[in-house]
Amino acid sequence: MASKVIHALYNDDDILMKAVKEVRSAHHHIEEVYTPFPVHGLDKAMGLADTRIAITSFMYGCLGLTVAIVMMNYMMIQDWPQDIGGKPSFTYLDNMPAFVPIMFEMTVFFAAHLMVITFYLRSKMWPFKKAENPDIRTTDDHFLMEVGVHDNEKELTELLWETGAVEVNTIEK
Amino acid sequence: MYTFSNRLKIGSFILMALGVICLATGFLSAPSTVEEAKEMVAAAHHDGHGGDHGETVAHHDEGHDASHDEHLLHQLQNRPWAALYTAAFFFFMIALGVLAFYAVQRAAQAGWSPMLFRVMEGITAYLVPGGIIVFVILVLSVLHMNHLFVWMDADVVAHDKLLQGKAGYLNPTFFLIRAALFLGGWIFYREYSRRLSLAQDESDDISNFKKNFRISAGFLVFYLVTESMMSWDWIMSLDPHWFSTLFGWYVFASMFVSGITVIAMVTVYLKSKGYLTEVNDSHIHDLAKFMFGISIFWTYLWFGQFMLIWYANIPEEVTYFVTRIEDYKLPFFGMLALNFIFPLLILMNSDYKRVNWFVIMTGIIILVGHYLDVFNMVMPATVGDQWGIGISEIGGILFFAGLFIFWVFTAMTKAPLQPKRNPFLEESRQFHY
Repeated sequence: MASKVIHALYNDDDILMKAVKEVRSAHHHIEEVYTPFPVHGLDKAMGLADTRIAITSFMYGCLGLTVAIVMMNYMMIQDWPQDIGGKPSFTYLDNMPAFVPIMFEMTVFFAAHLMVITFYLRSKMWPFKKAENPDIRTTDDHFLMEVGVHDNEKELTELLWETGAVEVNTIEK
Repeated sequence: MYTFSNRLKIGSFILMALGVICLATGFLSAPSTVEEAKEMVAAAHHDGHGGDHGETVAHHDEGHDASHDEHLLHQLQNRPWAALYTAAFFFFMIALGVLAFYAVQRAAQAGWSPMLFRVMEGITAYLVPGGIIVFVILVLSVLHMNHLFVWMDADVVAHDKLLQGKAGYLNPTFFLIRAALFLGGWIFYREYSRRLSLAQDESDDISNFKKNFRISAGFLVFYLVTESMMSWDWIMSLDPHWFSTLFGWYVFASMFVSGITVIAMVTVYLKSKGYLTEVNDSHIHDLAKFMFGISIFWTYLWFGQFMLIWYANIPEEVTYFVTRIEDYKLPFFGMLALNFIFPLLILMNSDYKRVNWFVIMTGIIILVGHYLDVFNMVMPATVGDQWGIGISEIGGILFFAGLFIFWVFTAMTKAPLQPKRNPFLEESRQFHY
C-alpha cells in the first residue's frame, strides 16, 4: 500500500460511478471506496472479484444435513431404538419422514449461521472493533474514493477534480 | 411476426399421427371379457396374480373370485382410457398453469415479464382444445364408456354407504355442470384478457391495460376456488373414499411449475430461432428461478401431504399411499428425484440459470417428472397394479404433445411476438439482473 493516499469526496452515486470508471481507465489503483449505502454495480465498476460466500453456504448446508442424519441415526436407530407410538425404528429409511423436518431445519441453520459468521470473519467485523471510517460524512451523504499515490500526486489530483469531486485531500498514512 | 416453421409443423403432425395409432392399438388390445383379461395377466406373470391390492370397492366373501376377476377386467379396460386421460390432463394443466402465471404477472404489475406476455398467451391458447378434450373424456365417463370414476357406477354406489354420503357432491349431473363452469370461466378470462392485450397495442391510452389488471386480479380469486374444486372433481374423485385437504394446492403447484417450465422452454426455442431478440438471459434467469422455487414448493406440498398421512397412519387415509408405495415404487419415488433433487442441484447455481440449454434440459426433466406425478395420481385408482408405461401411455403423450405444439405455435403466428404499448414494456426491455 502506498504511504500517501488521496481521498476524493463525491456527493452523488452516479458521479462516483463515472469517476471510478475514469480513474480505472487511467490506470490508477483504487484502494477503497466508502459509501453510505450499497451502490448498484460499484463492485463491477471497481473490477472486484465475485463473492464465493454462496458456495460456502452450500457446503455448510451439506454439513448441517450430515450432522442431522448422523445425530438422529445414532439416537433413534442405533443407540436406543424404542417403539414410540408404533413408528418403525428398524432402519433410518423406515422412519425417515419423521426426521425430515429436523434435517431441513438443521440444513438451513448451518447454512445461514455459518455463512454469517464467515461473512463477519472475512470482512473483519466484530463487537468493539474500531471503526475504519476515514471521514464521518461517508456514513451519511458523501462518497469517498481512496486512491494510492506513487509520485503522481499533482496529475492524480487534477484527474480527481475533473471527475466531479467536491473535495480532494492528500493524506499521509 | 412469427411464422410457424414447416419442420415443426410436420413434426407435430407426425407426433399426432403416431399418438393416434398407438392409442388406437391400446384401445383395440384391451380385453373385452373376463377370460381374455385373465389370459393377459397369466401371460404377463407366470406366477399368476395373487395378493391383495388396495381396492376401494368392498367385496363380499362369497363370489369374491368373480368380483375379483371383473375388477381385473375393468382395470385392464381402463388402461388406455387412463393413459388418454393422464396425458390430456397433463397438457391441459400446463396451459392452465401458464394462465395462472400470466394472471399473476398482470395482477402484480411485474416489470420484467411483459416481453413474454405473447408467449404466455400463445401457450394458453391450448386451453380451448385441451379443455374440450378433457371435458369430452369426462362426459364419456359419465356415459359409462369406461370405469375411470368408480362413483359414477350406480351399482357400486348402491352398495357403498360412503359414496351415498358423498352423492350430493359426486353425482354425474352436478359434476359435468361444475366442469363446464370451471372451463367456461378459465377460457372466458383467457380470451378476454388476450383481446384486451391486443387492443392495448393499438390504443393511445392505458384503459385496456387497467381493465386487464382488474380482470386478472378477479380471475385469480375465481381460479383459486375453481382450481381447488377441479382437483377434487377430476383427480381426487378417482379415489372417492380418500380425501386430502391440501390436494388442490398440490395439483396447483404441479401445474404451476410445469407451466413456467414450458414458458421458459418456448421462450428459449423462439429466441434461438431469431424471434424475441430483445429477450435476454436475465428473463430466462428469472423464469429458471421460478422453476427452481416452485419445484421446491411442489416438493413441500408433496411432503406435507405424504408425511402427515404417513405419520398419523389412519387406515382410511393411508391406503392411498400404501397402494402407491406397494405397486408404484419406482414412479412414486422416481418423480421425487426428477421434480426435486434434479432441479434443486442443477438450478441452484446462478450462472447455470442463464445457460439456455441447461434450462431446456432441466425443463425436460421437470416435465417428465410432472407427467409421472399425474400418472401417480390417476393410475393407481384406475388400473391398480396393472400399470405400465406402454403403448397407450406413450401414444397419449405423443398425441397431446403434437396437438399442444401445433396449437400453441399456430396461436403465436396470430399476433406480433412483442407487445407494443404496455406501460412496463420499456422496463421489461431493459430488464437486467
